Amino acid sequence: MIEAPAPAPLPASAPPQPLVAFRNVTVSFGGPPVLEDISFTVGPHETRILLGPAGVGKSVLLKATNGLVPLDSGQILLFGEDISRMHERDLFPIRQRTGMVFQEGALFDSLTVRDNVAYQLIQEELPDDVIDERVRESLSFVGLAETFSMFPGSLSGGMRRRVAIARALIRRPEFLLYDSPTGGLDPVTSTTIIELIVKQRDVYKTPSLVVTHRLQDAFTMCTRRFNEEWNGMVRMPKGEVDPNTTFLMLNEGRLIFDGSLHDLVHSKDPFVREFLD
Amino acid sequence: MAFDTIDSAAKQLVLTVQEFSLFALRAVLNLFSPPVYWSDFTLQADIIGVGSATIVIFAGFFTGSVLAVQSAATLAAFGATAVTGRFVAMSMIRELGAVLTGIMVSGRNASSMASELGSMVVTEQIDAMRALGVDPMRKLVTPRICATVFTLLFLTIVADFCGILGGAAVTVFMNHQNGTQYFHQAYLYLRYPDILQGLIKPLCFGFIIASVGCFYGMRTTGGTQGVGRSTIQAVVWSSVLIIFVDLLISTLMVSIFSR
Repeated sequence: MIEAPAPAPLPASAPPQPLVAFRNVTVSFGGPPVLEDISFTVGPHETRILLGPAGVGKSVLLKATNGLVPLDSGQILLFGEDISRMHERDLFPIRQRTGMVFQEGALFDSLTVRDNVAYQLIQEELPDDVIDERVRESLSFVGLAETFSMFPGSLSGGMRRRVAIARALIRRPEFLLYDSPTGGLDPVTSTTIIELIVKQRDVYKTPSLVVTHRLQDAFTMCTRRFNEEWNGMVRMPKGEVDPNTTFLMLNEGRLIFDGSLHDLVHSKDPFVREFLD
Repeated sequence: MAFDTIDSAAKQLVLTVQEFSLFALRAVLNLFSPPVYWSDFTLQADIIGVGSATIVIFAGFFTGSVLAVQSAATLAAFGATAVTGRFVAMSMIRELGAVLTGIMVSGRNASSMASELGSMVVTEQIDAMRALGVDPMRKLVTPRICATVFTLLFLTIVADFCGILGGAAVTVFMNHQNGTQYFHQAYLYLRYPDILQGLIKPLCFGFIIASVGCFYGMRTTGGTQGVGRSTIQAVVWSSVLIIFVDLLISTLMVSIFSR
């Protein structure tokens, strides 16, 4: 098991207003609660990793963050606006400020990679040359410039996730949501995806909420930073972890942990211990 | 136990009707506020209208032919084979052109809409669209409904025309009657209420086909099996509704125009 050092103190300049705030959120879809009494926040420049085994409500929580599922009770503030009782049409402009990567990519299979990545820009009716330039830039960021004219069906699982990341990033979102971005991928491809997330975190300082059940990915994000000179992810000096990357853990719809890597590995909660071991 | 099952099924039916009504209303209201995706309307009109033209032409032609074969045999007993043209034209324009085109397009397009949208739901593409700030009702449902209503009108006219031609082919080449007489009879007894009846129906049927197809597609659950279930429900309910609404419109029009 990883022996994590105590985190460095958070930067004093960080403004107190959280980007996302869950307040006693419960979601049930008419049956037993999928999420129950969830409360947490995501601050500016903060990356929160949501851990938990399969089927505990991680994806539902992520969708709720973007107003994609109805709440039974509680309140969700996104960019300071209460989205929990907001009409769908009022949510669209707020969602345009976020980027979301779905579990299997959720690319539109009848559209080319170019049209998938440019989806929002096409809706905004930007000129084609501007769209092409932005798409190439976004695809280059994820290392898939050569897939410009291809269809999602001809891409591998890892490539599809990277295209989904490119689509989420094209409008330079203020907040990112990743739903199991490495789920079902081989270790090498997973590392490539994690490197992209770390790059977005360290280079563009975009706050995010990352759902995963892979501890290895979570610890990699905490203990690595992106080196722009080398254009790659490097291990942080021994004893250091990223102070803005913190953890949440769900079990059976309840939030059972909220804290740093140090707190996580020293948690006495039996479920957390079992999950880590 | 049996009472509980009936009670639950009845509540489910009422709930489905309520959800469908709200869904259809929302799809229509989307036309009166921006954004309206006209490019998607054009694309869908091409897929639904041009794509269905071949089956509608064949279905219309053969239906008109069968009508001529059957009616000629019956009319011969009364020595009235000369009115075959009138019989075929009236049947096609008032009733069969619209209903058969509706059922053919329903089989082809309600199923396609339900399976396409259903696949998008189960693969989270609809959620992705919402997350990208685009309303799937505006982008996917409203253009499909408008395109189906618009194209079914013209497809019905094509089916009527082909049906009358099919009847003429049988009358002239199989029954060895006079073609001019056939067309004269077909035209002579046709009145505006007949044409009106034949053109109002496809507008309603188009709305039924697309709204039912999209409704079942958008509420798909349960993976690929759920997509299959939605497709079946879309075709079955759109076909049943077409025939039911046909009965309502026919009754109404006959009572208004007394013909």
